[in-house]
Amino acid sequence: MEEKKLLKGNEAIAEAAIRGGCRAFFGYPITPQNEIPEYMSFRMPEVGGVFIQSESEVSAINMVYGAAGSGARAMTSSSSPGISLKQEGISYIAGAEVPCVIVNMVRSGPGLGGIQPAQCDYFQSVKGGGHGDYKMLVYGPNSVQECVDIMYNAFDKAFEYRMPVMILGDGMLGQIMEAVTLPPMKDFSNVPNPDWAADGTRYGNDRRVINSLYIQPDELEALNHKLFAKYDVLQEKECMYEEYLCEDAEIVITAYGTVARIAKSAVDMLRESGVKAGLLRPITVFPFPSDRFARLASRSEVKKFVSVELSMGQMVEDVRLAVNGKKPVEFFGRCGGNVMTGEDIVEYIIKGGK
Amino acid sequence: MAKIFEKPKMLTDKPTHYCPGCTHGQAHILTARAIDKLNVKKIIGVAPVGCAVFAYEYFNCDMQEAAHGRAPAVATGIKRVIPDAIVFAYQGDGDLASIGMAEIVHAAARGENITVIFVNNAIYGMTGGQMAPTTMIGQKATTCQSGRSVALNGYPIHVSEMLSQLQGPCYIERVSCHDVKHIRQAQKAVDKAFQNQVEGRGFSMIEILATCPTNWGMNPIESNKYVEEVMCSVYPLGVYKDTTKEEA
Amino acid sequence: MEGIIIAGFGGQGVLSLGQFIAYSAMYEGMEVSWLPSYGPEMRGGTANCSVCVDKKPIASPIISSPDTLIAMNMPSLTKFASKVKKGGTIIVNSSLITEKVDRDDVRVIYVDASDLAVKVNNPKAANLVIFGAYVKNCKTLDKANAIVTIGKIFAKKPKFLQSNIAAFEIGFDL
Repeated sequence: MEEKKLLKGNEAIAEAAIRGGCRAFFGYPITPQNEIPEYMSFRMPEVGGVFIQSESEVSAINMVYGAAGSGARAMTSSSSPGISLKQEGISYIAGAEVPCVIVNMVRSGPGLGGIQPAQCDYFQSVKGGGHGDYKMLVYGPNSVQECVDIMYNAFDKAFEYRMPVMILGDGMLGQIMEAVTLPPMKDFSNVPNPDWAADGTRYGNDRRVINSLYIQPDELEALNHKLFAKYDVLQEKECMYEEYLCEDAEIVITAYGTVARIAKSAVDMLRESGVKAGLLRPITVFPFPSDRFARLASRSEVKKFVSVELSMGQMVEDVRLAVNGKKPVEFFGRCGGNVMTGEDIVEYIIKGGK
Repeated sequence: MAKIFEKPKMLTDKPTHYCPGCTHGQAHILTARAIDKLNVKKIIGVAPVGCAVFAYEYFNCDMQEAAHGRAPAVATGIKRVIPDAIVFAYQGDGDLASIGMAEIVHAAARGENITVIFVNNAIYGMTGGQMAPTTMIGQKATTCQSGRSVALNGYPIHVSEMLSQLQGPCYIERVSCHDVKHIRQAQKAVDKAFQNQVEGRGFSMIEILATCPTNWGMNPIESNKYVEEVMCSVYPLGVYKDTTKEEA
Repeated sequence: MEGIIIAGFGGQGVLSLGQFIAYSAMYEGMEVSWLPSYGPEMRGGTANCSVCVDKKPIASPIISSPDTLIAMNMPSLTKFASKVKKGGTIIVNSSLITEKVDRDDVRVIYVDASDLAVKVNNPKAANLVIFGAYVKNCKTLDKANAIVTIGKIFAKKPKFLQSNIAAFEIGFDL
């Protein structure tokens, strides 16, 4: 086990990606994720990998598509406006069933917006984002260590399911420094290239094509069903969440990412003042832990759910779908780059909502 | 008492956010003075993404803020629907020569009757000093920490030379602001680039070699010296295209 | 939990002072978080960071009312002084801040940091002078460990190590 290091979220993700086998990085500067490409620019050559600062986000995601289509563990990172630009490429990647990792250190929007932390990219992350019917496996880690743990295994998940995996952070998570333990370097030197990769070795024979064009409707419909069958498996096998003091909770607060930490401090304060509050924190936001929400909603002691987000209310829609009318679902949020305090959440709950 | 100096009408009173020693302030003044001289009523500017992202706060006219690199496309849209307005795009090297290369090439090729002020400081300033498409061989940046290497990063892009090969543009000149003499020459070039638009002559672009003391890790005086001694030799000053002379 | 806000001009070493505290606490086996403000002004603007130190994992890394405020310039004192907890501490860089703190429910420590740094021939080390004063007065961190931490941080810049430790000591010995 390595000694604990104090690392910024962005740097920790970059190092964890490399230790998880990433050997190709393509990116374009945008605040607040610049430490990722900066780190990759000197670290990749040290491990025999590839780093290119592309001329745009559009170009970066298409470089990922090319590299990943030939079997490489390739990734890109950006922040909200840049992710919007990448969405076209992500759609092609999802359609062609190419595995890769995309990191989004979310900033406030819409438009050029601001550079302060936000969670307003929930929709464009969990609902597909680009054109066409597709999803990604999306994680919303809440600490630098969790970023490392998730990033370390993200390529394995991407290759297992042949799909893009997104790590959905925010500006705060990218900029914060925390103590982390880094895992050892994974060794892929003896792992053969995947059996679908167009790696150029089949000249004249059995060639492989990475493609998302299906002119025949029946073939495309079959692809759509194939993709969604994979999403069903994700729902079954990959859902991750954390519960805190939910056993006897009357008010279930739900939040993901760094906001969940603020919500956790609010739960402690509420408990001190005699309010039975608990926290349900989705770690995967797609697949969404809907079953867990449904089961909590069926409990008689649970009075309501409150979704706390740095947005105008995005995840709250998935909470409502999961709770399905059994209990009221309220929303409390800040946006524009402002971040609520634990006290703000407590005040909202004590006042009994809106 | 006679007034011998005043702030251009084209600039607002808003203090700029630029770092000490940065050329953007000078480039704003050159642009503003040129427009003041035109004595026209309709002016629309397009601001980029990059250090000049807040240019819309400083230019005292209608402004549009474009997505990264798309300023020439936005300016094209404006100019086509309001042909009698003076339309200019103000862009940095990352915006114009990296993510927006397609837009600038095609606006130039179409010979859009717009004026582009291209501020080239060979680095990404706003995001903290990453390598730009114009970063010179050997020049250090946070994404090429031992200096730009041909093997890894290829060569810098000479935008004025490149665009001057197109048939579309009317006027392309590269200038510098490292001393008073060059600032005066730069003013003449920017004046001409706007006058061309008034006369309907088509696409004009002035490339201004600029300092970035913060991300170059130099003080303003060293930065000006660097422009004079290093940048001017990699990016030679001069007129690269001028169809107004051909007509004459 | 101890929540510390460190604020000043960009270039005063505000963010690195936060990291000195965070590293020292981490090397003592405590949980830490260091969260910087980040903005478009590369230089000449104001900068601040929030450092949390605790025996258990840090819940929220955002500090609404700090136990300790380190104010390196006047705008920072103006912005944060009223937010410090009752009974908390304000460390003031009195080289740049001539006014007195207008609160009697907090402990105020005035450190002539910029001038003392010049005295040890290390004018850029005002933040280390403050670091010394912080370790002395706030009892969260161990002095010997703090010096070891400085050694680790400046391992790659040995030229500055001795004068940095001297700056720390002069702050500690006030």
